[in-house]
Amino acid sequence: MSEPLSLSDTSEEEPATRGVRISSAASPARRRAFAEALAAWTLAGPAVFFLLVLFFLPVLGVFVIALTDWQFGARSLSFIGLANFRQVFADAVFRASLLNTVVYVLIVVPGTIILALLIALLIESGKSCRSFYRAVHFLPFMATLTAMAIAWEALLHPTIGLVNQALAGLGLPTANWLRDENTALPVLAVIGIWQNLGYAMVLFLAGLKGIPQDLYDAADVDGADLWLDRLRTVTLPMLGPVSMFVVIVVALRAFESFDTVKVLTQGGPGHASEVLLYTLYRESFEYLRTGYGAAVAVVFLAIVVTLTLVQVRVMDRKVHYQ
Amino acid sequence: MSASTSTNRLSPPAAILRHAVLLATGALILVPFVWMASLSLKPPGEIFRASFSFWPAQFYGVENYTKALTEVPLPRYMGNGLVVCVLILGVQILVCAPCAYALAKLHFLGRDLLFGLVLVGLLLPHQVLSLPLFILGYQLGILNTYAALVFPYVVSPFGIFLFRQFFKTIPDDVVHAARLDGLSEIAIVWKIMVPMALPAVIAFSIFSVVSHWNDLFWPLIAVRDQSLMPPPLGIMAFKNEEAGNDYGPLMAASTLVVLPLLIAFLAAQKWFVEGLTGGAVK
Repeated sequence: MSEPLSLSDTSEEEPATRGVRISSAASPARRRAFAEALAAWTLAGPAVFFLLVLFFLPVLGVFVIALTDWQFGARSLSFIGLANFRQVFADAVFRASLLNTVVYVLIVVPGTIILALLIALLIESGKSCRSFYRAVHFLPFMATLTAMAIAWEALLHPTIGLVNQALAGLGLPTANWLRDENTALPVLAVIGIWQNLGYAMVLFLAGLKGIPQDLYDAADVDGADLWLDRLRTVTLPMLGPVSMFVVIVVALRAFESFDTVKVLTQGGPGHASEVLLYTLYRESFEYLRTGYGAAVAVVFLAIVVTLTLVQVRVMDRKVHYQ
Repeated sequence: MSASTSTNRLSPPAAILRHAVLLATGALILVPFVWMASLSLKPPGEIFRASFSFWPAQFYGVENYTKALTEVPLPRYMGNGLVVCVLILGVQILVCAPCAYALAKLHFLGRDLLFGLVLVGLLLPHQVLSLPLFILGYQLGILNTYAALVFPYVVSPFGIFLFRQFFKTIPDDVVHAARLDGLSEIAIVWKIMVPMALPAVIAFSIFSVVSHWNDLFWPLIAVRDQSLMPPPLGIMAFKNEEAGNDYGPLMAASTLVVLPLLIAFLAAQKWFVEGLTGGAVK
């Protein structure tokens, strides 16, 4: 009897031995797992630290500051609940800024998408000079926008600018593009289209490459001989998901435009070309209305996060990360 | 693939039309670049005597570029841009690659949480963080230094994400073999993973350098001294000082600021397109 029982009995008779035996059975694996976890956290440590300090604490910070009346440099602050947000939405300048931003995005997104799609289709429809055309149209996307804004200002100069000279030469009316409240925002939007066009084009080109040849062959069998027929029956439907994605990416970039406004119009004339990010910058760092600026940042964040989440949903239907 | 059949079917008139349209749109795209370069070669008199000619009647390029390089600390701005871009990129790779390796190849408690943090970080627009980062910089007493220009970017969620995706494609056997050879985990990161992930490193480097060379928003907040300004901020200061009356040198300065990336882009077009759009495609 004692022999079969010995296993359970050992725990009473020799607890130490049993403990050793079990741990020695589990130990190499567990020790390896522990060592791996330790190595992993050591390797990731600096990144984790900086992610927390430079991304997550600041985001929390923005929300907290938005609830206070703090002004940068002030020694005291008090929590005022949502008063900053009420003030933000009651402020005519902020509302103008929000509206301008929406108008700007609504010009830039369709303008960019339609032109980029046309150019991508044209490039992809032939074989010659592809990379040349791609390079030329992509150029503005990586050129320093601040410097290019200065070049645009010269182009748009009321008397010596090429745009007005050309218009006058054609007998068309000219304008003081950046100083007229009717034209300032649309002109900035045109610069936005000029800058983002190449980016959207490259995304469309990638999408076009992904369309299986079989579909074109099938369309041929079905009698879709003309380029236009194939475009309508195969290309455009297959580009649907990519297009949705490009729309959101371009919209995000348009929402975040700042450089051209800062360099060319400072939000003017009046507040005709003031956009969200410029309002955020001016309130936070020029007027030092810190609490108010933080509230603007929260609104901005809400818009960007919403758009990004829509994008993630669109992507999830197509792509799965490992 | 689709293109090959399309090409076969593209009739000569259609092919000509294709080139005509693309040359026209391409020319329109290039107008600001051409105009900028053209003005940078013209004397003031010619600039203000409106004309269409691209090439100056009187070549004034030497004067304009000399003025841009001497009367404005443009070399200093460009140097600052270079220093800041190199520092940021170096630290980013140093911080991101080990973390990406841990996420891609190691099993540990909290890995999914950490990856979640990275994805959320990816989603946050940097401008929203600028106010707290400004306060942090102020508390640390580093505003108006190189450190102020660099510190918000020492970790890049995009970098971690990109490296992780690439590291995952490297077979586990490679890692096991390296361990059997006695390499430590950190040695595996730098001696095995990063060299094997060179395409990802190059793509990320281009993305990082282009973004920070071109960035205006954060430098505007972080530094005041002219001697610390990166190119976009410096050139904006130049424009404001000159009040738009000294177009030639201003255009020369703009051209010089755009030129380094432009040349790099033309030399390595494929890499640039991949680096700058990879984040979106992946």
